[in-house]
Amino acid sequence: MRLELANITKEFPGVVANDDVTLSISSGEVLSLIGENGAGKSTLMNILYGMYRPDAGEIRIDGSPVRFTSAADAIAAGIGMVHQHFMLVPVFTVAENVVLGVEPTGTLGSLDIAKARQMVKEISDRYKLDLDPDAKIEDLPVGIQQRVEIVKVLLRDARIMVFDEPTAVLTPSEIIEFFGIVNSLKDAGRGVVFITHKLKEALAIGDRIAVLRRGQVVGEVVPAEADEALIAEMMVGRPVQLVVDKKSAVPGEVVLAVNDLTVLNPDGRVVVDRVTFAVHAGEVVGIAGVQGNGQTELVETLTGLRLGNSGVVRLGESDISDASPRTRHRMGMAHIPEDRQRQGLVAGMTVAQNLVLTRYHSKEFSSGAQVNWNKVSVTANDLVAEYDIRTSGADAVASTLSGGNQQKVIVARELSRELKLAVASQPTRGVDVGSIEYIHSQIIAERDSGTAVLIVSTELDEVMALSDRVLVMYRGKIVAEVDPTKVSALDVGLYMAGSRPEAVT
Amino acid sequence: MARLFNALGSRLDRVNSALLTVLAIISALIVGAFVIVLSDVEALRTGNFGRSFSEVANAYKALITGSVGSLRAVSDTINNSTPFIITGVSVAVAFRTGLFNIGATGQMIAGGVAATWVGFVMDGPGFVQIPLAILAGVVGGAAYGAIPGVLKARTGAHEVITTIMLNYIAAFMVLWLLNTELFQRPDRTDPISKFVSSASRLPKIFGFMEGRKDLTAHSGIVLALLVVVLFWWFLERSKLGFEFRAFGMNADAAEYAGMRAKRLTILGMVVAGGIAGLAGAVEILGRYGYATQSFAGTIGFDAIAIALLGRSTPVGTLLAALLFGALQSGGRRMQATTDVPIDLIVVLRALIVMFIAAPLLVKAIWRVKSAKVSTGQTFKGWGS
Repeated sequence: MRLELANITKEFPGVVANDDVTLSISSGEVLSLIGENGAGKSTLMNILYGMYRPDAGEIRIDGSPVRFTSAADAIAAGIGMVHQHFMLVPVFTVAENVVLGVEPTGTLGSLDIAKARQMVKEISDRYKLDLDPDAKIEDLPVGIQQRVEIVKVLLRDARIMVFDEPTAVLTPSEIIEFFGIVNSLKDAGRGVVFITHKLKEALAIGDRIAVLRRGQVVGEVVPAEADEALIAEMMVGRPVQLVVDKKSAVPGEVVLAVNDLTVLNPDGRVVVDRVTFAVHAGEVVGIAGVQGNGQTELVETLTGLRLGNSGVVRLGESDISDASPRTRHRMGMAHIPEDRQRQGLVAGMTVAQNLVLTRYHSKEFSSGAQVNWNKVSVTANDLVAEYDIRTSGADAVASTLSGGNQQKVIVARELSRELKLAVASQPTRGVDVGSIEYIHSQIIAERDSGTAVLIVSTELDEVMALSDRVLVMYRGKIVAEVDPTKVSALDVGLYMAGSRPEAVT
Repeated sequence: MARLFNALGSRLDRVNSALLTVLAIISALIVGAFVIVLSDVEALRTGNFGRSFSEVANAYKALITGSVGSLRAVSDTINNSTPFIITGVSVAVAFRTGLFNIGATGQMIAGGVAATWVGFVMDGPGFVQIPLAILAGVVGGAAYGAIPGVLKARTGAHEVITTIMLNYIAAFMVLWLLNTELFQRPDRTDPISKFVSSASRLPKIFGFMEGRKDLTAHSGIVLALLVVVLFWWFLERSKLGFEFRAFGMNADAAEYAGMRAKRLTILGMVVAGGIAGLAGAVEILGRYGYATQSFAGTIGFDAIAIALLGRSTPVGTLLAALLFGALQSGGRRMQATTDVPIDLIVVLRALIVMFIAAPLLVKAIWRVKSAKVSTGQTFKGWGS
C-alpha cells in the first residue's frame, strides 16, 4: 500500500496551516515527520485521519484519490492513529479496551470475551508486545498502555499507522522498546508515520525524515545524510546551538535546603517520600524522573502552592515550610511552573499584565489601591525587547503568542529580578527549538550570576545538559544523585525506571 | 496552528461580539414578530395576514414610543433600568471573578429590608438618612452575599446551589419580618412595611416640573451610573480588580501568582452582594418608599440575562440594562394600545439571551463569517 498526500493546502482564517504539502508513505517504511509546534503537523494528520477536509490537494491510496469525511472512512481505508493522549477506559481490562467498538459477539449479541482475549493474545505474540489481556488498564504503566493502543489500531487492520508524539510519555528504556515494536511493525509490512519534535528520535527510527516549517515541507532527508544540527536548522530556518554552552559551576553557600520532606496527596497517598537535598548558590541541580513520580508535588511544596506534611524547607537561613507563595516570592524565589497554560499565564490577559502577574502589587507598580499601568507598560516593553518576546506588542493578548514566546514571557517575569533561588519545572516543554536555546542560556546566565537553580524536567536530555548535579526521583523518593558528565543518559534512565544499574555511583 | 487561529480570533473578538449582540437582538425581534402573528388566532382563521402584520408594526411602534417616545416614557425607562443596571453589575462582577451569582434577588431583599429599617426607624434630615439607609442596604446585601462566598471557600459548596437556596430563605424571611410589629404598617393586616421617612426618599429627577406627578424617575439612576463607573475603575485600574479578573480567568494561575483563592471567592461574593443590596435600597428609597414581600420581583434573575448580554463589561452591562428597562416600559404601552400582551417582552428577552448563548445560530442565520466567538466570561463548572 502506498499512501500519498498530494499538494495538500489547508487554510484557517488568517493562517495557512498546510501549504502545498506533498508526502508519501509506503508499506514497510517508517517516515519521521518533524516540526516545531505550530508547524502544521497536527493539521496534516487530522486531514489524513478524516477530521478536516483540505482546501486543495488530495489523498491518494495506491494512486487513486480517496475522500475521507470522517475518521471511520480513514480507518476503513487502512489508516490507524495512536494519539498522544490515550483513549482507554481505565477500569476495563486490556481485552475489553481493545475490542471496544468492534466487539466480537456470540449468540444473542452477548460479548464474546474469550474471543477478544484470544485476539489480543495473537496480536501481542506476533509483534512481541507481551500484553496480558486480563490486566486492568489503570494497573499498567504508560508504556504498556501505549501498546494497548497499538493493538487497538492493529485489530482494525491498519496498514499505515500514525503515531502522534508517542515518546513524550515514555522513559528512555521504554523508548528503546517502543522503537523495537515500530521495527517489528515495519518488518510485518506496515507503514509507520512517526510524528515528533525530537531530533534524536526522528533520526533513530525514520527511514526518511520530512521536516515541516510554517505549514510547508522544507525538505526530506535520509538519516545517513543528516545529523541533528542539519534537521534543527531546517526546522528553525537558521543554525541552532544544540549544546548548552556553560562553564563549570562555582557553587557557593546552601540556598535551598530540603530536609526529610514528606508530602501526602489529599487521598492520603505518599507522593513525596522523605526527600532530602540542597541547592547551592551558583549551581544548577536537576531532578530527573518519569512524569508522575512526585516531581509536581515536590515543586508545588517548594513554591508554597501546597504544604508538606512533615519535614523542613529552608531558604537561606529562614524556615519557609509554612510560608505562602507570595512570601516566598518576596524572599527571592522564582517559579517557572510546569504547565504554562494552567498556571503560568492568564491567557486572556495581555503580555504586560502577565509580566507583572506576580508583582502588580509591589510598590514599583502600584500606588494605593491602584495599579500604575503606565509603569507596567514601560517595564513590559523593556522586558519584551530584552527577552526577545515575539509579539505585536506588550498589549497583545497572551494567548496570541506562540508557545515558545509565552514561555519567554514567564521566564522574563520570573528571572528579571534579584533572585536567590529559581525553580523551573519543564522550562521548555512544548517550546520550539529556537526558544529552547534562548531559555537554556537565560537559565545558565542566572546560575552564573550566583542564583541557585533547581530544574525539574521529564526531558532527560535537558536535565543532563543543564544540570551540574542530577537527582533522580522515583515513586516520590530521590533514588540517586549523579554527575551528568560522568554517567550516561541510559543509566539515569534505568534509575528513572526504578531499577538500579550496576557500577554507577 | 490553533494558536495562531485563536490569535486572529481574539482580535476580531471585540468587534464581533458587539455585532453579534446587535444581530441577536434583531433576530429576537424577527422571531417575536412571528410569535405575534401566530398568536393572532383571528387572523390565522380568516387568513387576513395583512391585519397581523400591521399588528406587528403597531406593537413594535408602541415599544418605541412607550420607552423613549415622551418624557413620561423616558422617566419610566429610567426607573425600570436603574435596578437592572445595578444588579446587572452585581452579576457581572461575580462573573468576572469566576462566580455565578444567582442570588442577586436574595441580596436585594436583604439590602432593601436593611434600608427600609433605617428609613422608618430613624428620623434625620435627608443628607443623613439617605447615605445611612443606602449604606445599610449595601452592608445588608454584602453580608447576605458573604454567606455563599464563605460556604464555597470553606466547604466547596457551589454558589449556584447556595445562592438559589438563599433566595428562598430571603423571600420567606422578608415575609416573616413584614408581619412583625417592628416592620408591619400598624393599620394593615397584610405583609407590608411602614413607610420610610420622606427625608429618606431619593429626590425625583423631574421634581422641578410643576404638576407632573407622573414623572416618577428618581435619582437612583445617578447611583446606578456611578456603580458602572466604579465597576470600570475597579476592573481596569485597581489592584483588587486585577486579582478578581486573574482569578476569574485562570484560578490556578492566580494562586500560582500568590493571590489567595479563598479570600477572592469570599470577596467576590461580598462585592456582588453589596451591589445587589444597593439595588434593593435604591428600589425602596427611590421607587416604593416601603417594602413588600415582592419588591425585588424577578430583577435578580433578569440581571443574569443582562450581564450575559453585556458580556460582563461595564458599558455592555449598562447598555443591556437600558435595553431591558426600555422593553419593560415600552411593553406596558404595547399592552395598553395593542392586542399584544406584555408577556411578549419576556419572550423577547428570552429570545435575545438564547441567541446570545447560541452565537453559531446567529452566524448561520446572518451568514456572518468569523473565527471565534466569545460569549463573554461566565463562571466555572461544578466543583471547580
